[in-house]
Amino acid sequence: MANTTTRRVNPALTAKPNPVVAFVGAFFGNFIVRRFLLFLLTVWVAATVIFVLPRLTGQDPVKEKLLLEAQRGGSVQAGMNEMAQEYSARLGLDLPLHQQYVNYLYDLSRLDFGYSIAYFPRTVNDIIVDSIIWSFGLMTVTLALAFLIGTGAGALLGWSRSPGWLSYAFMPFLTLSAIPQYMLGLVMMFVFAIMLNLLPFFGAYSPGNLPEWSLSFILDMLRHAILPALSILLSAVGFWAIGMRGMMVNTQGEDFMVQADAKGLNGVRIFVRYAVRNALLPQVTGLAISFGTLLTGAVLVEVLFQYPGLGNTLFYAIRVSDFFQITGIVMTIIISLAFATMLIDMIYPLIDPRVKYTQN
Amino acid sequence: MVVADQETITDSGSSDDEFALRVEDLQVYYGTPRGTVKAVDGVSFNLRQGERFALVGESGSGKSTLAMAIMRLTREPGHIAGGHIYLNGRDVVEMREREIRDIRLREMALVPQGAMNSLNPVMRVGDQIIDGILDHVPSGESAPNKARLNERVHELLERVGLDPAVSRLHPHELSGGMKQRVAMAIAISLDPNIIVADEPTSALDVVVQRQIMQTLGRLQEGLEAAVLLVGHDMGLVAQFADTIGVMYAGKLVEVGSVPDVFKDPRHPYTKLLIESLPSFDISRKFIGIPGMQPALLNLPPGCSFNPRCPSVHDRCYREVPEYLSIAGNRGVACHLYEEEAIP
Amino acid sequence: MLGTLLVFTVIGLLGYAQLDAHTNDPSQHSRLDAFVSGGAPVGDKRLPPSWCTWCEDIAELDADKKPTLFQYPMGTDTQSRDLFATNLRGIPLTLGTGLIAGLLSVGLGTVTAFIAAYYRGLPDVLIRLLTDVGISIPGLLVLIIIRIQLGTELVWWQLGAGLAAVGWVFSSRTVRAQVLVLREQPYVEIARQSGMSGLAIIFREMMPNLIPYITASFVGSVAGAILASIGLEALGLGDFSSPSLGMTVYWVIQFGAITLGMWWWWLFPLIFIVIIFVSLFLISAGLDEWSNPRLRRQV
Repeated sequence: MANTTTRRVNPALTAKPNPVVAFVGAFFGNFIVRRFLLFLLTVWVAATVIFVLPRLTGQDPVKEKLLLEAQRGGSVQAGMNEMAQEYSARLGLDLPLHQQYVNYLYDLSRLDFGYSIAYFPRTVNDIIVDSIIWSFGLMTVTLALAFLIGTGAGALLGWSRSPGWLSYAFMPFLTLSAIPQYMLGLVMMFVFAIMLNLLPFFGAYSPGNLPEWSLSFILDMLRHAILPALSILLSAVGFWAIGMRGMMVNTQGEDFMVQADAKGLNGVRIFVRYAVRNALLPQVTGLAISFGTLLTGAVLVEVLFQYPGLGNTLFYAIRVSDFFQITGIVMTIIISLAFATMLIDMIYPLIDPRVKYTQN
Repeated sequence: MVVADQETITDSGSSDDEFALRVEDLQVYYGTPRGTVKAVDGVSFNLRQGERFALVGESGSGKSTLAMAIMRLTREPGHIAGGHIYLNGRDVVEMREREIRDIRLREMALVPQGAMNSLNPVMRVGDQIIDGILDHVPSGESAPNKARLNERVHELLERVGLDPAVSRLHPHELSGGMKQRVAMAIAISLDPNIIVADEPTSALDVVVQRQIMQTLGRLQEGLEAAVLLVGHDMGLVAQFADTIGVMYAGKLVEVGSVPDVFKDPRHPYTKLLIESLPSFDISRKFIGIPGMQPALLNLPPGCSFNPRCPSVHDRCYREVPEYLSIAGNRGVACHLYEEEAIP
Repeated sequence: MLGTLLVFTVIGLLGYAQLDAHTNDPSQHSRLDAFVSGGAPVGDKRLPPSWCTWCEDIAELDADKKPTLFQYPMGTDTQSRDLFATNLRGIPLTLGTGLIAGLLSVGLGTVTAFIAAYYRGLPDVLIRLLTDVGISIPGLLVLIIIRIQLGTELVWWQLGAGLAAVGWVFSSRTVRAQVLVLREQPYVEIARQSGMSGLAIIFREMMPNLIPYITASFVGSVAGAILASIGLEALGLGDFSSPSLGMTVYWVIQFGAITLGMWWWWLFPLIFIVIIFVSLFLISAGLDEWSNPRLRRQV
């Protein structure tokens, strides 16, 4: 009955609040905890949508396709019968729907995406591990560079004391941001790889060249990365520059900017500590929101340049209807994205003192 | 307060004056798509060392524009179209950007409007006091060390009536009155000899308003600085200032010591302003000023006050009244007082 | 900006004029037929634009019939489709997908934003949670899975509806933020206290001030949806019988048009895509200035 008593008494009136209640309150009131719960919720919703929507149609095209392949004797790969059995066993297609759903979530929670259909004995995780390195390398570098360059350029563009020619010099980049990354990639591939024959136009390294830690291989790798990286970079730089320029213009209308001038501060200090520092805050929030769009664009750039990352692997999986692999890759991307967004949100209170970890 | 007679002053730049600030025929214009707005149109006045001068007027009369122009903080599309501002004998209007930056805070400091978010939301209060000090270290001298700076910050915060612990806080953790005190601490951080206070108590509640004004007065006495106070609350201003200047539609229409002006206002506008003050005498009828301030874009010909003036006559529609010096160190811009003018 | 808007509209109209006249009879092809057939094979493979006299001839002509000057103004592809007709039919399809997605997203987004902001309480919490979650899930990827599991090809309007289903959260977020600001405005408060009904407040008091934001959100949604639809099609998840711009990009990648030297295959759709995106970009930049006059002083 102790529980009932504690529940009835208003905690604010008791001299000593129940430590358990206080702890639970503080725990869920904590920003980091709540953000982590949102992360879990995001992944769960995505997983559920992916599970539920196709089942509304009542058919199972994947199983049909698998069985069809098995009957034909497996034109994609051998072992289609095993695949079909594996598929049935895995999703427990004879089980009631809610049981299937629980199994599905259980596998997901262990990040187990099963076997690839196209490369049968290999697991999806194997394939993902192989390709994620390339994607991670390409994308973290280019997206980080784009954010830094774009934000820096936007800060200068929006600064009222910048020279006038700057905005004209930057015009092309603003226009480039309106063009999809893969379209930009197409043009660059044609100009630099085909017309000028300067750079390789597909792959992450030359065929026949095996990955190893040697200078020549690293140079070869970098040469292959230039075009895909530039396609992502050129388009994303303008995107960040436009956002930052707008924020700089807004920030300069703030009262504290007048006061910074009235204090006779050094121009560089006003620019960095007052204008950029404040304009950066919405930019970081924007980073969390636009991450997904930028990333999916980058996935297509990989396809275009046959860069052996997740995007390209996904493309091939789609072509051969390798259902497990597609789900695996998509869920991997969704989870990493949700994770990155969560990290950004968790770092945010560090740069904006008005947002507190403990606020409700 | 001595009223400057524009014609008699010839050699202005070089004198080592008794005046901390001399404003001569200052014009601040705003270019708008519909024409030029003369927000400040030919204003002249002087400010002695240690004097408290208050500028009053309705909103839109140009008083804040004038205050910002003196700091040379006029922003686009506004610009100083003419005139001079002599600060300790040197013309602020002619200064290069580098010089003006050095002078701000060191010689003249701004206490911003109370309603403004004048503090950087992402910096700690202490750092915002320190950065002004650091940026005014004369070239060749080394910056004071951290301990000295912190000591100075604590001293400044105590002088404006705040706990030194406030230096560790961010602006959003402070109340409106506390923020204004921090702004004052910044303003006095380099012992300036002129403090421009642009409606420092706006948007604060009445009790806090009084406290802020008292603190400002105490600081002024300690520094023996001149204060240019801009306000629209005649009552508050009267308690603080030695001298009062009344602005109407971009022009200074009357200047005089506070007791003189309140006892015997000369300009019809000043008379109405003082009559409209609420008093404890309940039997008196509350009187406002009839009509509205004209739009600065199309001022009536002649005296700008002519549509609302009770003593209006023919000349007022034709001639712009000149600014006249009259007895008792006073000045007024009105045709009615031409006989009294001191040449 | 107005000029580009005009170009944008003209392309749209020109394309839409062809939408209904859809016949698939390759047997006879006059200029007009090629125009309407859109994507049907014409018999001649890999022809460069026929006006391009200096072009290297990599064509596999069936017979020695030389194309007349304007027979294939944008050449033909490896499947012997007249690319002029393909592009002309493709532009309205792509624009249509974007418009459908844009309209649905903004409609859904605005309605949910109003429900959330106006009724507060539980509906607000749920909708906010849903948008927070939705924004961090890349919609394109969810669509990929759904499309794969559905097993059927999506025609242009279905694609648009699908994109709206994952894209409305962005509109909802933008509009909701603005409704929250407006809700606290004194004039809305006065309207509420003077007994105006909820719907009347929304449409008479709030709507006029929301129009710039809703329009901006619409333009953003259209751009986002076109981007995503081309992406989805380029990945091979489009309607294979459709001549939309995204499918052309898919065939370009699939057949390695760039390495084949068939520049006309990818250059023209690329130009159209760029025109569409730059127009949308300029429109949204103009809208930005409309709702945020401070930006006007810059550039």
